[in-house]
Amino acid sequence: MNNIVEIKDMSLIYNTPEGETLAVDNLSLSIKKGEFVAIVGPSGCGKSTILSVIAGLLKPTTGIVNVNTNSIIGYMLQKDYLFEWRNIFDNVCLGLEIQKKLTEEEKNYAHKLLEQYGLSDFEKSYPSQLSGGMRQRAALIRTLMLKPEILLLDEPFSALDYQTRLSVSDEIGTIIKKEKKTAILVTHDISEAISLSDKVFVLTKRPAKLKSIYEINLTAENRTPMKSREAPEFKDYFNNIWKELDVHV
Amino acid sequence: MYDKNSNEISQSQKIYLQKLKRRKINITISRFLILVIIFSAWEITANLGIIDPFIFSSPSRMFKALINMLKDGSLWLHIGITLFETVIGFLLGTFIGVGVAIIMWWNKFISDVLEPYLVVLNSLPKTALAPIIIVWMGNNMSSIIVVALLTSVIVTLLSVYDGFMHIDEDKIKLIKTFGGTKKQILFKVILPASIPTMVNALKINIGLSYVGVIVGEFLVAKAGLGYLITYSSQTFKLDVVMLSVIILAILSALMYQAVSIIEKLILKKINPQ
Repeated sequence: MNNIVEIKDMSLIYNTPEGETLAVDNLSLSIKKGEFVAIVGPSGCGKSTILSVIAGLLKPTTGIVNVNTNSIIGYMLQKDYLFEWRNIFDNVCLGLEIQKKLTEEEKNYAHKLLEQYGLSDFEKSYPSQLSGGMRQRAALIRTLMLKPEILLLDEPFSALDYQTRLSVSDEIGTIIKKEKKTAILVTHDISEAISLSDKVFVLTKRPAKLKSIYEINLTAENRTPMKSREAPEFKDYFNNIWKELDVHV
Repeated sequence: MYDKNSNEISQSQKIYLQKLKRRKINITISRFLILVIIFSAWEITANLGIIDPFIFSSPSRMFKALINMLKDGSLWLHIGITLFETVIGFLLGTFIGVGVAIIMWWNKFISDVLEPYLVVLNSLPKTALAPIIIVWMGNNMSSIIVVALLTSVIVTLLSVYDGFMHIDEDKIKLIKTFGGTKKQILFKVILPASIPTMVNALKINIGLSYVGVIVGEFLVAKAGLGYLITYSSQTFKLDVVMLSVIILAILSALMYQAVSIIEKLILKKINPQ
């Protein structure tokens, strides 16, 4: 089996003084190495909880979560969370600094990544001097510095305005494909999910259960997230997933 | 016409800038005028006998007192002592306040246990403790410093702790995703993110520490501006009393400015733009 992440019958209960809440109910899913998958579901259905469990920040109440041992996990949060008191270079090196692995060699790697993704002129700049898209790229580089095999993306574009969001998700999606990482994207934006991923898991509303799986096959040459949106099958996937989500406003 | 490629300032921009400049000048002049009017009205009414200069003093009498005290050097002694007590008091208050705030952040149990006590201590006028401190610690400078420390430490503690608790949870989560320890969360996120809060606490503490020091000096001191004020008022040397109050005002303004400059330097380093 080349499944890099395997979740079996996983349930998670939050305990609060008001009572217990079942956040995830008997969820099973598996993700292959190199796959880009998206998890979509209604707001507040427990999508982010699933990422926290995969990252090991939360323990499931029951069930098994297997992450291929030795796989380093990189986590991208909803905002870039670049620290405003550190310059871009120091922000990018934060992860390795915390793991006490920041060697000269790694610093060179940071310079290389910053150069590759068009931020080398901003190494000494502070986050407030960068545009939203540049900040998001810096946050991605901070994650890539760990050389992760699995990237967990927790609505990483939701804080951006629509236009920036389209171009940043295009950029970041392309970078992740190029670096051949396994990625798990959590989002409530259906078109973002279809345009970026190979497979979409649709969840029910809370407690989160797996409702259906869509393999995304688009007829687009040199598929990039932007070009995916122009593929003829795009709107069919969109409509189907939209119906599955069964949103009543 | 607005032309964004031209380096020359347009006519409307020129008028706007001139307006801004004129307004700034007017504000400065008005501020200065208030001071001049108060002091000249004071001097004139005192000279004409409308107010009794023995009770109200007057700018010229205060100036004479200033010259006398500068000549015998006693003024510098009093200023020096008050300044010393205040600086030590407010630095100690700030450091201890931040220290306890860190302990409370580290251990939620301790902070929950202490909360009602801190709320009561915060609303208690700390100067009410001054006589007790003086009985316990004796008739000396350290009890004055302790009173100054007490006036500022609780406010610092509460505002800094509150700052700690309002730091974005996800910034902490970020450190956790890198496998960071609690100590790393403290040093990489909590403390650097709280520097503006701490500098703000420092600013508030200047005023509070002066309150503590002056009350302490009222009660026990043999020197210092607070001592000068009580001693001179009891001997009806109102010239010296008024002069001391004005010097006190200047001192606290200068100290506030010093902290503001430090604040600007720090913020510039943290967030240059």
